[in-house]
Amino acid sequence: MFQKTLIATAVIGAMLASTAHAETLRWTRSADSLTMDPHSQNEGPTHSVNHQIFDTLLYQDMDVEYQPGLATDWYVHEDDPSVWVFEIREGVTFHEGQALTADDVVFSLNRARHENADMRGLLTSIVEVRAADDYTVEVVTDGPNPLLPNNLTNLFIMSREWAEEHGVEEPQDYAAGEETYAVRNANGTGPFRVESREPDVRTVFVRNDDYWGIDHYPMEISELIFTPIESASTRVAALLSGEVDLLQETPVQDIERLSQADGIKNEQGAENRTIFLGMRMDLEVLDSTDVDSNPFADRRVREAINLAVDATTIQRSVMRGNSEPAGMIAPPFVNGYTEEMDEVLPADVERAQALMDEAGYGDGFRVTLNCSNDRYVNDEQICQAVVSMLARIGVTVDLIAQTRSLHFAEMAREEYDFYLLGWGVPTMDSEYVFNYLYHTKEEDRGSWNFTGYSDERVDELTVAMGQEVDEDARNEMIAEAWQIVHDEILYIPIHHQMLTWSMRDDIEFQVQSENTPHFKYLRFNN
Amino acid sequence: MLAFLIQRVLQAVFVMVVVALIAFSLFHYVGDPVLNMVGQEATEADRAALRARLGLDQPLPIQFFQFIANAAQFEFGISYRSARPVTDLIVERLPATLELAIISAIFAVVMGIVLGIYTALNRGNWLSNFIMTASLIGVSLPTFLIGVLLIYVFAVELGWLPAFGRGEVIDLGWWNTGLLTRSGLASLILPAITLGLFQLTLIMRLVRAEMLEVLRADYIKFARARGLSKRVVNLRHALKNTLIPVITIIGLQLGTIIAFAIITETVFQWPGVGALFITAVRFVDIPVMAAYLMMIALVFVVINLIVDLLYYAVDPRLRVQGGAK
Repeated sequence: MFQKTLIATAVIGAMLASTAHAETLRWTRSADSLTMDPHSQNEGPTHSVNHQIFDTLLYQDMDVEYQPGLATDWYVHEDDPSVWVFEIREGVTFHEGQALTADDVVFSLNRARHENADMRGLLTSIVEVRAADDYTVEVVTDGPNPLLPNNLTNLFIMSREWAEEHGVEEPQDYAAGEETYAVRNANGTGPFRVESREPDVRTVFVRNDDYWGIDHYPMEISELIFTPIESASTRVAALLSGEVDLLQETPVQDIERLSQADGIKNEQGAENRTIFLGMRMDLEVLDSTDVDSNPFADRRVREAINLAVDATTIQRSVMRGNSEPAGMIAPPFVNGYTEEMDEVLPADVERAQALMDEAGYGDGFRVTLNCSNDRYVNDEQICQAVVSMLARIGVTVDLIAQTRSLHFAEMAREEYDFYLLGWGVPTMDSEYVFNYLYHTKEEDRGSWNFTGYSDERVDELTVAMGQEVDEDARNEMIAEAWQIVHDEILYIPIHHQMLTWSMRDDIEFQVQSENTPHFKYLRFNN
Repeated sequence: MLAFLIQRVLQAVFVMVVVALIAFSLFHYVGDPVLNMVGQEATEADRAALRARLGLDQPLPIQFFQFIANAAQFEFGISYRSARPVTDLIVERLPATLELAIISAIFAVVMGIVLGIYTALNRGNWLSNFIMTASLIGVSLPTFLIGVLLIYVFAVELGWLPAFGRGEVIDLGWWNTGLLTRSGLASLILPAITLGLFQLTLIMRLVRAEMLEVLRADYIKFARARGLSKRVVNLRHALKNTLIPVITIIGLQLGTIIAFAIITETVFQWPGVGALFITAVRFVDIPVMAAYLMMIALVFVVINLIVDLLYYAVDPRLRVQGGAK
């Protein structure tokens, strides 16, 4: 009898111990990673998977704060402001056993700058990457670049030895018509290693027990199973039926239902993406209008539209409360954000109509609004709401909503008078917004500015804020630039998107604004 | 017979080229793949360079002829989305689709014929009336709705069957199958019913109508008069003669099942070629879309050919006419 109890206790003890250390997490979202090659794609779901396998020099944690990864420290070289110094963590090994040195970091950064690498868009300011010694890397830029570290948060470090062994020193070339070894195999230093992978079906990761940060992070998941599910209703059903534990992008229409389901909870947070409308203001006559002028060229018309588009109503009726109405195109955690600027003016149709009268468009005008219907949360419905809101001030809006690959292709050809766009700020700094959305459209700047807006002072400030190393001076430039574009009413901000992740209620995990989960932080409450 | 075959094969090749042409001209309207392939930081120069590397800057006719030349050697290039050879992707995914299609076809044919015979022979009893009414659901509800309803009832509420995926799969080297594992079989049930329900009702109603027609024919009356048993009259004489139109429909529907597996596969996250195609469309993954459309065209062409040959076998009149020529 005594012996039996002892055995039973031992068995239960072993079971408890093993449940604490052997937890499986089944994770789903709508899309799979495109490739395991860490430098060939600059895309959200791909980065999400690679962050589990690889490390970066620095990364944004679950609160989107910058944290040391493979670099323990980074600073501007004391003699040369154009050089960033990164001190590399010692004693780190790759999953297949190679030791990490500065040489691997140099190799990875250069690989990401190769012309086949989509990541090179973030590294254009780099002139040279060199190893000062075994654990120090120096990055030379074409002038002082205070934002360089911010561009490295998705820049994964590979092993040079491994890459050379498998002939993947260069990222995948689509034109070559061949699959490279790195597309389906990975050797990182990250918290999980890949056990098996069937693209678009299932990827199984196991905990890397030799992880350098094994004592710093909870690391409670021993096995991570990722199964993408494209259909929204099936994804939700899989969570409800207990076939998955964590659902990364909860559809807006199911948030309410899941919050009432037993054993399931929702976690919410601001996403790093602002939705807004753009207006073409430099044309003499708009392509899609019935008046022989360009109403958008008149600031009063833009202000009237801003007053007529009621972001609060859109939040309530279209988004069912799951958005944060916005006054500026930068979410709260971005450097340069101010509450005053982000304040949403209450809709005022009378004042809007008065402005229209003043501008000589009292009888309104006709214009086409172009929207995507599968890119942002409820994008088409947002546009439908805008159509009826603008009808109240006499603006007749013809809506064209189409799939994103058509929407963005036509947008890139500058065919739009009035369009919907969403913007995230991966560098967490306003410079990124100005560089792409407000700077005059030129060869390598202003590439997403389809308004035709061009202002010398804004251009000047944009370039300067990318080079100024003095923080206070920089922040002053950023504030000045925001004030100019805010007064001009270049875009009509609608809202900051919210992210919802749903999970089993014994899981302790928060939403990350970049929509990139770091599973090393996840805890189980049992 | 040989002349007949050659004629049909030539027709098939012609059909394939036309399909390729139509598919190719459609791609022009799907959007620009390059925008999906590069991040938002890429400049116009980067995009132009990628477009040139992929040959997308060439005039459409040149792109088309290159495509045909490659397709003739079963070379469909590399997927823009996953950077893997398209042929590999399709070969990997085909077993899932074929297993699903074949199982749901068997389900539809067996159940369709059995229920069709039953409702024809037992006209007016309550069970037949119930089956006929219920079959309206299969005809009128769209596939995705049936799928979602089944998931809701059997996966979420009852928890009996999985809501998505293919379960555990056994790799046989040249084929991967879910038919040998418990979870694989359980995963197959809901998608197979979803996919087969429409065909089931179609076959059932066809069998019933044909059967009723045949049962009125003189030779059936004569057979009855000869005192043959009910069973022999119904199953041998009547059923056999109802089968010719049924075979045509089954043949054509098998192609449809493979082609329309797209919707079922998307609803159930079934890792087949249909789901591959849908993902490809979203991404404007032209090589995958082209290869898929060609494959579907090939399936239809081959099935039609087989159906024609089956007519030859089933209906002796065709052979006589051919011989008399």
